[in-house]
Amino acid sequence: MIFVTVGSQEPFDRLIRAVDEWAGLCARSDVFAQIASSTFRPQHIEFTHFIEPSEFNRVIQEARVIVAHAGMGSIISALELGKPIVVMPRRADFRETRNDHQVATAARFGAQGTILVANDEQDLPERLDHALTLGNTDRIHAQASPRLIATIRAFLEGHPYRLDPAISADRSNAPIEKTALASFVHEDGNTVAK
Amino acid sequence: MPVKEAHNRNKVLAVASSGGHWVQLRRLVPAFADSEVVYVTVIEAYRSQVPENRFYSVNDATRWNKLGLIRLALRLAWIIVKERPSVVISTGAAPGYFAILLGRWFGAKTIWIDSMANIEDLSMSGSRAGRYADLWLTQWPHLAKAEGPHYGGSVL
Repeated sequence: MIFVTVGSQEPFDRLIRAVDEWAGLCARSDVFAQIASSTFRPQHIEFTHFIEPSEFNRVIQEARVIVAHAGMGSIISALELGKPIVVMPRRADFRETRNDHQVATAARFGAQGTILVANDEQDLPERLDHALTLGNTDRIHAQASPRLIATIRAFLEGHPYRLDPAISADRSNAPIEKTALASFVHEDGNTVAK
Repeated sequence: MPVKEAHNRNKVLAVASSGGHWVQLRRLVPAFADSEVVYVTVIEAYRSQVPENRFYSVNDATRWNKLGLIRLALRLAWIIVKERPSVVISTGAAPGYFAILLGRWFGAKTIWIDSMANIEDLSMSGSRAGRYADLWLTQWPHLAKAEGPHYGGSVL
């Protein structure tokens, strides 16, 4: 099953139309979409407007591929389950969101190779076909980077925050395994992997 | 002088709106291992994800909905007066903004973690709430500044 989600707030018809057309062309009958408050009625895919969190968790676990807007909730949920995800960013010029933060999110995560990015509807069919050739990847741990955990712990324990990364590294007292995305943000905090 | 409890356990009010904000907040849980955590979010159905914790739902609101903002602020004030958290932490957005301001007003230590979605600029709520927070964090090193926000790791 291919699960499409646009998040719980605004509709994202550009994405739903493109997936619907693709499903029609490929004669796929295993696509399920959560379309929010959209008035567009897909022809080739099953859909619901909103989805309860427990149902969302069930569906996303069953899905082979996830297709979503470039929201952090969707991306993190897919990575936590090790599922291939194709994202298409919402755009401000189409009034799909207030600013182009999703374009930046898609570009940054796409460059990491951790997600597949369709910049627009034209890109989407190819990305979907590609995603279907992929299997599950390693799940990332369901917790923040050791460094962020240490930063917050140090603060909660009353230690003044300091910018020296060695301080927070010293306080990382739990044997927290590195996540699959450990290279995403370097622990020295200076650079982000390209 | 009030006598401090021997173990000095923090009571953390953890506040986030729905979707990515909530998902990011949930990834911080190991940092609260020695604390009591009370959650505040905008979707009642998230309650089942934190069965061990006290939980409040509040209305969501944007800056274009003044009445909604007032209702949200009043509800958060009531929660903070009732719970008296020692720490308020938020990953955004509007509920977190008010929780940070009100938490500070009532003497809590406050932490604002700007969403990882904000790669190019801080969020509106983040750039406003952050400066009131005792610990103001961005999840992107290139957005860190000497006066804040600081970079101290990310949720991934």
